Amino acid sequence: MGRARKITRRVLLIGSAAVAGGVVFGYWRYKTPHENPLKRGLGPGEAALTPYVRIDAAGVTLITPRAEMGQGVHTTLAALLAEELDVDLDAVRIEHGPASSAYFNAAVLEEGVPFAATDTSPMAERMRRMTRVPAKFLGMQVTGGSSSIPDAFVKMRKAGAAAREVLLTAAAAELGEDRAALSTARGAVVSPSGRQLRYEDLAVAAADIDPPADPPLKPAAQWRLLGRSQPRVDMLAKCTGTAEFSIDVRLENMLYATVRRNPQLGAGVLDFDAETARGMRGVREVIALPDGAAVVASNTWYAFEAAKTIRFDWQPTDYPADTDGHLAAVLSAFDGDHDSRFRDEGKVDDAFLEGADLEGEYRVPYLAHATMEPLNAVAWWRDGRLDIWAGNQLPTQAVKEGAALAGIDEEHVHVHTSYLGGGFGRRAEMDFIKAAVTVAVAIEGTPVKTTWSREEDMTHDTYRPLAAARFRAKVDAGAATALDLELSAPSVFESQFGRLDVPTVGPDISIVQSAWDQPYGIPNHRVTGYRVPLMLPVSSWRSVGASQNGFFHECIVDEMAHAAGKDPLDFRLDMLTDEVSRGVIEAVAELSDWGAAGSAPGHGKGLAFVLSFGVPTAEVVEVVNTPKGIRVLNVWAAVDVGTALDPANIEAQLHSGINFGLSAAIMSEVTIRDGQVEQSNFHNYDALRLPQAPRIAVRILENGHRIRGIGEPGTPPAAPALANAVFAATGQRIRELPLKNHVRFDLA
Amino acid sequence: MKLTVNEREYEIDVDSRMPLLWVLRDELGITGPKYGCGMAMCGSCTVHLGGRPVRSCILPVAAVNAEVRTIEGLGTPDTLHAVQAAWVEMQVAQCGYCQPGQIMSAAALLEASPSPSDEEIDRALSGNLCRCGTYPRIRSAVHAAAARLQGELRGEAD
Repeated sequence: MGRARKITRRVLLIGSAAVAGGVVFGYWRYKTPHENPLKRGLGPGEAALTPYVRIDAAGVTLITPRAEMGQGVHTTLAALLAEELDVDLDAVRIEHGPASSAYFNAAVLEEGVPFAATDTSPMAERMRRMTRVPAKFLGMQVTGGSSSIPDAFVKMRKAGAAAREVLLTAAAAELGEDRAALSTARGAVVSPSGRQLRYEDLAVAAADIDPPADPPLKPAAQWRLLGRSQPRVDMLAKCTGTAEFSIDVRLENMLYATVRRNPQLGAGVLDFDAETARGMRGVREVIALPDGAAVVASNTWYAFEAAKTIRFDWQPTDYPADTDGHLAAVLSAFDGDHDSRFRDEGKVDDAFLEGADLEGEYRVPYLAHATMEPLNAVAWWRDGRLDIWAGNQLPTQAVKEGAALAGIDEEHVHVHTSYLGGGFGRRAEMDFIKAAVTVAVAIEGTPVKTTWSREEDMTHDTYRPLAAARFRAKVDAGAATALDLELSAPSVFESQFGRLDVPTVGPDISIVQSAWDQPYGIPNHRVTGYRVPLMLPVSSWRSVGASQNGFFHECIVDEMAHAAGKDPLDFRLDMLTDEVSRGVIEAVAELSDWGAAGSAPGHGKGLAFVLSFGVPTAEVVEVVNTPKGIRVLNVWAAVDVGTALDPANIEAQLHSGINFGLSAAIMSEVTIRDGQVEQSNFHNYDALRLPQAPRIAVRILENGHRIRGIGEPGTPPAAPALANAVFAATGQRIRELPLKNHVRFDLA
Repeated sequence: MKLTVNEREYEIDVDSRMPLLWVLRDELGITGPKYGCGMAMCGSCTVHLGGRPVRSCILPVAAVNAEVRTIEGLGTPDTLHAVQAAWVEMQVAQCGYCQPGQIMSAAALLEASPSPSDEEIDRALSGNLCRCGTYPRIRSAVHAAAARLQGELRGEAD
């Protein structure tokens, strides 16, 4: 793999051209399986039947190698294995497992192909399949892009089934009975004569049997776990304070550190004076970083207090010093060459020869991830071995970064992925891990936990891009006849993959994600993306480009409906080209009693429909305009995930995605002054709290042609549905987020 | 300095201005209370001081004048408190980081007001931020916990 990895670094192409990797590497290497990482370090009597199933005398352990950041992925991945292995979820251990390319995410690049999710043509499907080749060569064990379930749906059931086959073979030998006559029942092989062998008693015999490559799977009608809501495997620990986040890791003699880095992001430090800090109680060391300093102490609070006293001479940054400068860069990109034009139907320029019925400009700000658990990691460097404990979305990259910083081979780096106190894309970044490893290498021999203060976390994020949209539209006889939509944003791919040392070429599809590919038929229809040169580091923020484009696109569609004199729901149904999407809009209409909209004084309902990550999602928001401001009363949501593996968890993800989207839409913005992010803590970067949180009702449909993930699709429609509801209640059309800058909300 | 946490006494030697949270977490290894903001804005650090909910991230340890109870002292996986049992029943937690604070706020509310209205619940938990947006289930779980506690009370009376 060493050579393949080097080639990958040099030529792998991400984004719309991801498929090029397939040509470079050839299929033969693609078919070579990854080594089973569980085979390393097995003790006597232990068997790793597949990379996902380990059995020893104590019982069965299932490996669920995706980041559990709240989305319930450990429970559903374990259920995929358990369904076929035939074990009960409460009778097995469930672990994230080691960092390994064997756990690469084969589905994560599929969103990058320039085909709409509704396009199931052979060409589109072929291109999607081809992204699995570079995905494998990148070997990235990554959690993101709502891809865990599409990636695992077949793979992990096959892993469970393969392990079961091995156990059956082992049992047949042990029992001296005909293998075909054996069956399994909840963790045991059962023979027709009534004899039983527990899986753990078969570990030794099973250890040397090769698993079948392509075992048959149960038909869905026989599922007893999948398709039914499962109690979450992490729930008891999370309700008793016993769940371990990396910030909770405790090791003997561990020290506690924090960092202060240049708030002008990306720039270095010229000099610093830490004399006061060094003399403060509890402080052990002050360590220079390329862009700041770290304080190591006997307690995190001592480290925080000491770090505050360090005086820095920061290098200046080269991006604009204030928000207006950043916005000017976004707007001026409209005047340059375009980055993409994936949709250009009809004769758009001709359609506007006599002007437009509607035109305007929309804007959204930079946003922070603001996970509840501030960034942190524990690292321990001793005797040529590096251990890293971190809640993270990209453990294979943590191995690479750790090896590079410690100057050792990757095999000597051990990454322990704990629960994540929120991820939302932030914990796919490596900065907090690199900081912790740098500190650990400097104090060789002693484990150290490096925790960022909330202030450091919020001012050193990799932000959701600020972005703008310009549009012109025409309507005629109650229908849309032309839409020319232009979108401008810094490139998340360029920024994010740049930090991973993976070059990108071609257009960044995230700039136009969930705008160019929406299943609306408009005779003259063009969507153009413009790339803004990088300023602040930007990154994936729950739903990525759909987070801003959903707002732009669905508010514009709402404006067009009103201009056409049509009900916004009927207007959408009339131009919809996808039957699965039609299903969710009709479902949300029924759920929200849409026909009765606007009956009570001051009330307003708004609708938005966004297809993101392959999931058509329709949401209706109801607000009331009170003397104290706007209150969000209700949200109704309908989604189609193709196959719903765990309905209660899907409902929870919609609660989550909706509240996340509403929070940002109402109150969140990151602004820049003197080259620094102004927001520093929850007093000036807040989110919805219990009194403001709406009632939410969810309907889950399963008409889609393939299974989809639900971690992100709930977020994009929330902002436009809310803005459209505010328009319905007040007549005020707000084209900029956050809404509270334009209309008063009752946030008491 | 002496400190009583979860009915156990500890002797500590730290800067008297150190917030209780950091004494619990880094000195005593009691990690249920979480660091979220350090300025009493998010509620992740909520513990009970003499039965009342406090934000341990801004409370200097020298000002601790009563027994401290953390989520670990409320109930364990084997002996859940009614609020924890309701949280499990309603499957509230997602990332779970804020939930110890949410649960401690809810438990304190129910001790003071056994059958709270939605408005009382809103007020008591408004200081507890959840970025996963688990609020619909939090609301259900507080009501379910109130019912459980009243059931327990009735059970004791029988």
